[in-house]
Amino acid sequence: MTDKPRKLRVANRDFNSRLIMGTGKFASGEIMASALEASGAEMVTVALRRADLSGQRDKFANILTFIDTKKYVLLPNTSGARNAEEACRLARLGREATASTWLKLEIHPDPRYLLPDAVETLKAAEILVKEGFTVLPYINADPVLAKRLEDAGCATVMPLGSPIGSARGIETRASIEIIIEQATVPVVVDAGLGAPSHAAEAMEMGADAVLVNTAVAVAADPARMAEAFKAAVEAGRAAYEIGLAPKRKEADATSPLTGFLNER
Amino acid sequence: MSFASELNSLALAELSHFAQNATAADVEAALARSEASGKRISAADFAALISPAAAQPQYIEAMAQRSHDLTLRHFGRVIRFFAPLYVSNECINVCKYCGFSRDNPILRVTLTADQVAAEARYLRDQGFRHILLVAGEHPHFISDDYLRDCVARLHGDWPSISLEIGPLETAQYVPIVQAGAEGLVVYQETYDRGVYDAMHVSGPKKDFGWRLETPERAYAAGFKRLGIGALLGLAPWRNEAIALAAHAGYLLKKCWMAQLTISAPRLRPAAGEFRPLAPMSDRELVQFVCAMRIAFPEVGLVLSTRESAMLRDNLVPLGITMMSAGSHTEPGGYTGQGRETLHVTKGGRMIKPELPVIESEGEHATVQFEIADNRSPAEVAARLEQLGYEPVWKDWEGALNEA
Repeated sequence: MTDKPRKLRVANRDFNSRLIMGTGKFASGEIMASALEASGAEMVTVALRRADLSGQRDKFANILTFIDTKKYVLLPNTSGARNAEEACRLARLGREATASTWLKLEIHPDPRYLLPDAVETLKAAEILVKEGFTVLPYINADPVLAKRLEDAGCATVMPLGSPIGSARGIETRASIEIIIEQATVPVVVDAGLGAPSHAAEAMEMGADAVLVNTAVAVAADPARMAEAFKAAVEAGRAAYEIGLAPKRKEADATSPLTGFLNER
Repeated sequence: MSFASELNSLALAELSHFAQNATAADVEAALARSEASGKRISAADFAALISPAAAQPQYIEAMAQRSHDLTLRHFGRVIRFFAPLYVSNECINVCKYCGFSRDNPILRVTLTADQVAAEARYLRDQGFRHILLVAGEHPHFISDDYLRDCVARLHGDWPSISLEIGPLETAQYVPIVQAGAEGLVVYQETYDRGVYDAMHVSGPKKDFGWRLETPERAYAAGFKRLGIGALLGLAPWRNEAIALAAHAGYLLKKCWMAQLTISAPRLRPAAGEFRPLAPMSDRELVQFVCAMRIAFPEVGLVLSTRESAMLRDNLVPLGITMMSAGSHTEPGGYTGQGRETLHVTKGGRMIKPELPVIESEGEHATVQFEIADNRSPAEVAARLEQLGYEPVWKDWEGALNEA
């Protein structure tokens, strides 16, 4: 075991923070900025549909002006795209407007649960990786899809814990465990983390990072909640790196059956 | 199967009876079930939530809290802004409640695409990035080609363009979608066939089923956002709410990729002196909004400037997700476009107004209805910020609307 926390490495870039923040649903740009600051995040995702992509510094679509790109790696996302073609179109426009080649690929055509479309996501990932994007795809917790996206050259995989905004925590545990076991790229648990304990749980399981948005954005005090998530992510990661004691149902037997082997 | 047949098989009489007579225990059970399961609530539970019993202070407060939580979770602390732009008030329908009704001797005009662009520029300067083009129904003055031209003209400057126009065939919608339109709004007005028939005296709008199936045709043509609603005040609102909820539930399954929005416009004074047949109180409107949110956590709820500033401010935390502001409900209302071609229409022909038209700056086409919230968009935005909500002007991207 190392005594220093290991850094998160995504596409040849190191991050001290393993908490990635979303920027939707906040009451104002200022409140969002203070929450990002408090979270210690070094990577933040922004919906391109909220941003000005016209290059005209539109003051009525100014979400990007609240994100200091010297401090944060900007991860534009394709939320709103319903298929690979729309996602690719949006990604290219976003690259022009933001100069970021990093991309959170999101294709969720169903507006209720916002569940990702596996077929279209893989298709888009294959195209966008070839075009030089660093692609971080949002996916259902599907281990085979995760491998396919890795093969396609994605920088991470981002399986969901439960539907976006649901605050239901990690309902896909068994599948995420398989994804983590088999992954050669960082695994980021994204969506559904409603409490710091959910984030800690993901980190204890061995996830490389988590992405949080709704739970912070709609909290009564977003900045403090961001701090709480930061602490939970650090605690969960430390526990994972140190190695948790296996869970046992009963206490150790006081009279071991094989004790006689040690007697002489 | 379309929604028309589903509406026919809906146990409306039973649900309506339950919506009138549900007990406090029914309301409590419905609320408890909606919180416990996280699943879609049943039609009977929805009926309980809109009952007089649920309007009691303790229940309506519980519903409001639940609605608030669900709205925050799904939409966050944001309100999406949009502006209606009336492009024409010509109409061939005779509808008893509408200011644009064919036989009303009002000043009419259809803006040219250039004039539409000029009005839109004004709205853009105010901050709007989502626009709703509104027109009466008149195949001669408001043709498919005309609508397509208007959309094409605005597409480059507007991340989101929706239309509220007379129902068309799927094939007629396709070029409009391809020109860059994202959403289609069509209110059934009333889901009560008898009242519908009495209100819509003549014109193509008389065909209830044709209008009812419009959202499905629009979805088939490629529209991504569908708006439905009922004009509250024509038939008892509880019946409208039950049918509207059934319609929403159907569309969410059938048109599963569409973003759905629901509007509940209450009748406002308009030309023709029509008065609501079945008025709805503020308390009942609040109940309606909360019940819809609890039933459909992911559906956008739209609030127009028909309602007063006070009521609008108070409805924001209760479940509303989209608002207009500073609206005009007459073509040319923002910048006076089309003033020189104002006319009266008789037998489909434009004639010079016989009335002594006052040659003043104030001359304009007749409004569809009076608005109640006269604050400017900037004032409404500032008020939302005070209330702890971010006014979101842009939440879509035109590139997503390209064919």
